[in-house]
Amino acid sequence: MARHTLSVLVEDVPGTLTRVAGLFARRAFNIDSLAVGPTEVPGLSRMTVVVDAEGDLLEQVTKQLNKLVNVIKIVELAPESSVQRDHVLIKVKADAATRLQVTQAADFFRARVVDVSPDAVVLEATGSSDKIEALLAVLEPFGVREIVKAGALAIGRGHKSMSERALRPVSA
Amino acid sequence: MGQAPNATPSTVARAVSKPNPAAPQAGLPVPGLGRVVEPTEMKGSAAIIRSLEELGVKDVFGLPGGAILPTYDPLMASETINHVLVRHEQGAGHAAQGYAMVTGEVGVCIATSGPGATNLVTAIADAHMDSVPMVAITGQVNSAFIGTDAFQEADIVGITMPITKHSFLVTKGEDIPRVLAQAFYLAGTGRPGPVLVDITKDAQEKPTEFSWPPVMDLPGYRPVTKGHAKQVREAAKLLTASLRPVIYAGGGVQKAHASRELMAFAEATGAPVVTTLTARGVFPDSHEQHVGMPGMHGAVSAVAALQQSDLVIALGARFDDRVTGVLASFAPDAKIIHADIDPAEISKNRTADVPIVGSLDEVLPDLTAEFSRRKAEGLAPDLGAWWENLNRLRETYPMGYTPSTDGALTPQHVIQRLGELTGPEAVYVAGVGQHQMWASQFIKYERPHQWLNSAGLGTMGYAVPAAMGAKVGNPDRVVWAIDGDGCFQMTNQELATCVINKIPIKVALINNSSLGMVRQWQTLFYDGRYSNTELNTGADSIRVPDFVKMADAYGCVGLRVEREEDMDAAIQQALEINDRPVIIDFIVSKDAMVWPMVPAGVPNDAIQIARGMTPEWNEED
Ligand SMILES: Cc1ncc(C[n+]2csc(CCOP(=O)(O)OP(=O)(O)O)c2C)c(N)n1
Ligand SMILES: [Mg+2]
Repeated sequence: MARHTLSVLVEDVPGTLTRVAGLFARRAFNIDSLAVGPTEVPGLSRMTVVVDAEGDLLEQVTKQLNKLVNVIKIVELAPESSVQRDHVLIKVKADAATRLQVTQAADFFRARVVDVSPDAVVLEATGSSDKIEALLAVLEPFGVREIVKAGALAIGRGHKSMSERALRPVSA
Repeated sequence: MGQAPNATPSTVARAVSKPNPAAPQAGLPVPGLGRVVEPTEMKGSAAIIRSLEELGVKDVFGLPGGAILPTYDPLMASETINHVLVRHEQGAGHAAQGYAMVTGEVGVCIATSGPGATNLVTAIADAHMDSVPMVAITGQVNSAFIGTDAFQEADIVGITMPITKHSFLVTKGEDIPRVLAQAFYLAGTGRPGPVLVDITKDAQEKPTEFSWPPVMDLPGYRPVTKGHAKQVREAAKLLTASLRPVIYAGGGVQKAHASRELMAFAEATGAPVVTTLTARGVFPDSHEQHVGMPGMHGAVSAVAALQQSDLVIALGARFDDRVTGVLASFAPDAKIIHADIDPAEISKNRTADVPIVGSLDEVLPDLTAEFSRRKAEGLAPDLGAWWENLNRLRETYPMGYTPSTDGALTPQHVIQRLGELTGPEAVYVAGVGQHQMWASQFIKYERPHQWLNSAGLGTMGYAVPAAMGAKVGNPDRVVWAIDGDGCFQMTNQELATCVINKIPIKVALINNSSLGMVRQWQTLFYDGRYSNTELNTGADSIRVPDFVKMADAYGCVGLRVEREEDMDAAIQQALEINDRPVIIDFIVSKDAMVWPMVPAGVPNDAIQIARGMTPEWNEED
């Protein structure tokens, strides 16, 4: 199945996340990742949902999401017309002997060292999921102790904003 | 806000309502009577009742308890709201459904927190499956106690999330008018459904300022009612190219009140019409274009019309598995036009070639006009061969039954006579099981809202309380509950409600002494091993309970019919009693079966008209 990134503008009211998550569970849709946070408009939150679905199923997912009263707008962000970023914290074994190799590998992927202890470093990296995968592959031989990943974030390219016109009054 | 320009807060508890002089408020149109109430100090509980009054609510069904107690006090004082005290909250829920189905208004039920609220769950799920407009109001524990497992606390918003159209938790009195207005708007517009409003006890008890109308905005809710012109043209094009069209009318026609529009469309196109279990009556059974109910227990002609069609026009229908059988083999040669107010129904089960999102009362006239325009250009084909085929099937395989041979009554005959003697102006409400299918098959439905049943959820126990609600909504109509001996024992306590509140429903008990529909499956698929389906209520049993005595104990009239020759007289007698409920205990054969039947898991072409017998699809040469 193919991964699709949906950006979902929702009302920031209690229960919205439960409704969205519950819908996915109930309709047997698979979520790869989910990120939620406030937007430039007070009262509106944006969810970035990466789903594993294709064709008719993807259409059902968006239609069912749209039926939720607190969901205001949904767009699918195609990879070519959007920027998509994963964000990860990685704890890698690193002692005096290997620390330099680890930080050099991190540099290569523009990952930052955010904590150093005698036998480990914590790296922070952002980027496409491919880049993060590659970084993890490089770090693997040193000993990856912990990975904490946030849901993918995505935004459309260009000047347009998803919240524009989202609150236009109902004419019907 | 919604007050007149020079409004000053009034100190009187009950402000006077005035006709609304102003233009509509910003935001969405607030449902109800359209009056204005200036800001008035009152308790949250009074604001609930006042909101319901302004929303135009006349009848509500409920049962009080601790967390909703504050609201029952001003309810007692309301001059316009009639509260019917039920004996079980499930009854309140189904009564609200029955009321909504016959009136077209939003039905209202009220319960307390915890067990009161959970007792509503079945009815809420039922309303959700069958798209019934309903608002359920529940009390909730004090907002400070939420999440502490307080006495009678249940997370009813969480419990009902998957079975409501939407839900609200109200913790502040000031939100009450807006939330209730939104709840009614959501329940009654678009694809109707149940909305839950859970209100904490402190929100009911604390003083608040009430004014009407509230400003109400639902930025994420915009049902589309007008069909897209291009799609309508596409649909008309397919129609004028079709030699074997069939109109597949579903419950959405009922909900859109679009029977008249359906009639015009059907007559313009000349296409056969099938009406699903939720659509019985939206197109008259007596009309020559009606070819029956489709599906698992449908008419051969209706099943064939869909299976052999080259164009299915689905109207407010959802390709439910009880209609399609094995989906992959359903109407294999047909293109699909699918019109529905809920975009998510379109292409959910069967991909539509022409999707039309809209309300059927608006879509159908557009479609009729567009079709007629093309017809006038001579584009409409002749459906003669199609009708010849369907007429042959309809004549060869009419709905029928074989009389019982065990000395007990033939249930199909009982139901048929009931319909014939009562007529189409009555309302018929069924339970779930064999008697439900027979009631859908052997009563003539001629008008919308004449037939109520629990279709999507299949809730045993629906009939008595739903009939009660229907009778409250339509007091001038005869209301028959056609119930099974199993179903009846799930909710018959509402007979007390009916007697005490003078709601004279009539109950026809199709007493086969068993969970008949389950027994039928045991006969057919489990070698006749009758595991736990004998109820001991009927023929050759100890008859527990004795339904006639039970009727008597409740203050109803109880009659029993065991012989064919007493049937008509008993029905007539029941029709003449209008001051209290009547229960007729019809002792019927337990071996009668519902035919036709499409066994589960096979294509609809394998429909059996009797055990092991399939129709001849083609004319023999
Ligand atoms: C609440 C509930 N429990 C169980 C079922 C499963 N079920 C469907 S029909 C049926 C038998 C109903 O018996 P009765 O009311 O006597 O009707 P009959 O089929 O005999 O006409 C049962 C148990 C159901 N639909 N609803
Ligand atoms: Mg029975």
